[in-house]
Amino acid sequence: MPEKPDDGRTLTYIAAISEALREEMRRDPDVLLLGEDIGGEFGGAFKVTRGFEAEFGARRVMNTPLAELGFTGMAAGMALMGLRPVVELQFADFISSAMDSIVQFAASAHYRWGGAVPMVVRAPSDGGLRAGPFHSQNQEAWFVHVPGLKVVAPATPADAKGLLLSAIRDNNPVIYFESKPLYRTLKGHVPAGDYSVPIGRAHLARTGDDLSIITYGAELHQALAAAARLAEEDIQCDVLDLRTLKPLDEEAILSSVRKTSKVLVVHAANQLAGLGGEVAGLIAERAFEWLDGPVRRLGGLDTPVPFSPPLEDAYRPDAEKIYQAARSLARY
Amino acid sequence: MTTIKPGPTPSLAPAQKLTLYYWMRLTRTFDEHMVALWKQGRGVGGTFSQRGHEAISVGAGYALGPADVVAPMHRDLGTYLLRGLTPRRIFANLLGRAAGVTHGRDANLHGIGDLSLGIFGFISHLPHSLPAGLGAAMSFRYRDEPRVAMSFTGDGASSAGLFHETLNLAAVYNAPWVLIVENNQYAYSTPIRQQMKVIGIAQRAEAYGIPGVAVDGNDVEAVYAVVRDAVERARAGGGPTLVEAKTMRMLGHAIHDGAEYVPPELLAEWEVRDPVLCYAARLLADGVAGQAELDEIERRCAAEIEDAIAFAEASPWPDPATIGEGVYAP
Repeated sequence: MPEKPDDGRTLTYIAAISEALREEMRRDPDVLLLGEDIGGEFGGAFKVTRGFEAEFGARRVMNTPLAELGFTGMAAGMALMGLRPVVELQFADFISSAMDSIVQFAASAHYRWGGAVPMVVRAPSDGGLRAGPFHSQNQEAWFVHVPGLKVVAPATPADAKGLLLSAIRDNNPVIYFESKPLYRTLKGHVPAGDYSVPIGRAHLARTGDDLSIITYGAELHQALAAAARLAEEDIQCDVLDLRTLKPLDEEAILSSVRKTSKVLVVHAANQLAGLGGEVAGLIAERAFEWLDGPVRRLGGLDTPVPFSPPLEDAYRPDAEKIYQAARSLARY
Repeated sequence: MTTIKPGPTPSLAPAQKLTLYYWMRLTRTFDEHMVALWKQGRGVGGTFSQRGHEAISVGAGYALGPADVVAPMHRDLGTYLLRGLTPRRIFANLLGRAAGVTHGRDANLHGIGDLSLGIFGFISHLPHSLPAGLGAAMSFRYRDEPRVAMSFTGDGASSAGLFHETLNLAAVYNAPWVLIVENNQYAYSTPIRQQMKVIGIAQRAEAYGIPGVAVDGNDVEAVYAVVRDAVERARAGGGPTLVEAKTMRMLGHAIHDGAEYVPPELLAEWEVRDPVLCYAARLLADGVAGQAELDEIERRCAAEIEDAIAFAEASPWPDPATIGEGVYAP
């Protein structure tokens, strides 16, 4: 990781999320939180909102009954009236319970009748934590496929805060996939003061001319580890962190491909019908002449996320698998 | 069922009664002209008749103030009209024109929302008018505003899980929200006895600890009285009410549906309770209006609707070049 100023502003990924929420709630009285168990000193299953009710009150930190479809729909109604609700789902895996409220009601309201829905749905996603099939999913592809939504997936503490602020300030429904495996294991510099990371802009986390690894979320760090190893073998990689999945930063993707001519797309979500296919299709259509090899994808297997460590490890891409795939592609 | 002490029956001045009749007559005229147009092959896609629901949509809608918010469904034409959606804009929407409420993006009465008039557009997944309306109510509570939100749904939608979820949420949060359930005895082809075991929806309110009231949905003044009571209770901080308005769906689920599955004797039983005709007869009998006055209202309504149809049929189609606009709010 590049050197950052030593101003004491090193936060964990999850602390950056809490900080974003706290600062934005102080700045904007229209921001409120909804979710199960988020109130009181309990402060949520992952403690993101511990102390929030004491500071902001129960009116702005709404502990909800167990009713994702209902409270997400209610949040959409609040957003139509100009409030900025941030819904916390306890695990992304429960987002399917809220599906109709997001994709049928909220996503197309502005297109159909000018009803803007400035709502954020925070979805604690991803696995590698031995949490089993219903506490480990990555469902971003479902939502990228829905017109009217924006979808983001930060991979660093600075981006976790900056993208959450952008999401809250955006006047559209934004699905914010936060990465559980990065919560407390990843620390990074977070700028002081008000800043935001624009939705729709990827970030080049590493530069190199030989091969592009395009990725997002926790796999960014596996990709960077693989890229460091590849560099020792004189295979220099661009590692592009998409950060926003919808809208995709097409120019950043194509610009990297035109430079390296070899592409590996990596994500933790299942490979079949995952976003790697969309990125590969985009490249095939718009950068075919620049390619010196097939666009390869590396994602989870087409299975539910298994629980037992040897099974979950076999299911997920990791630095070793990325290294092997990139090395063989570099030699194509 | 929770026993509530109803507030004093609001007395309606003669001018208000004529206003109620006007909106009901306008709704009925719109509906009849619309059905005729479709029978002539001049419609676009499908549409939905609300025939028989006029007392509910108008009686309940009239109980709200201009700053209140409604989340209606496809049988609530009267509510849309009395809140200020013009017949021109609605008819243009039925015919898919650019001048329609949704500029050709949504079909018939779906999605005809207008935030400036406090109207949320509905989606085909009917139970969603419930949490949407509840959300508006919660925004009023959040901002300490003396405003109320009202959602409309049907007997079929009362079987969906979201119905339960929303009533529970509204009760827990003591929301300034009123739910009107229009029990018209049919959900598409499914009669009420195949929809629920315990016939009647108002009594479910007791399970949530909120008041539930059943009312004759064909009596506009009765609907107004019950809903007004619920609205004012919500406005005063007394929380949500479930109102079940009982009526009959006089035509099919949608324009294509001949509804042969409805026993003719059931329709005949409700035909004599026609809400518009019965209210006209009552106004005459009570001396509120003379026949000439009622005829004049009918003429006015016919003129308005004929104007709306002419406007809609002459107005331009949406330009395909604009198809991508508005996917996102700026």
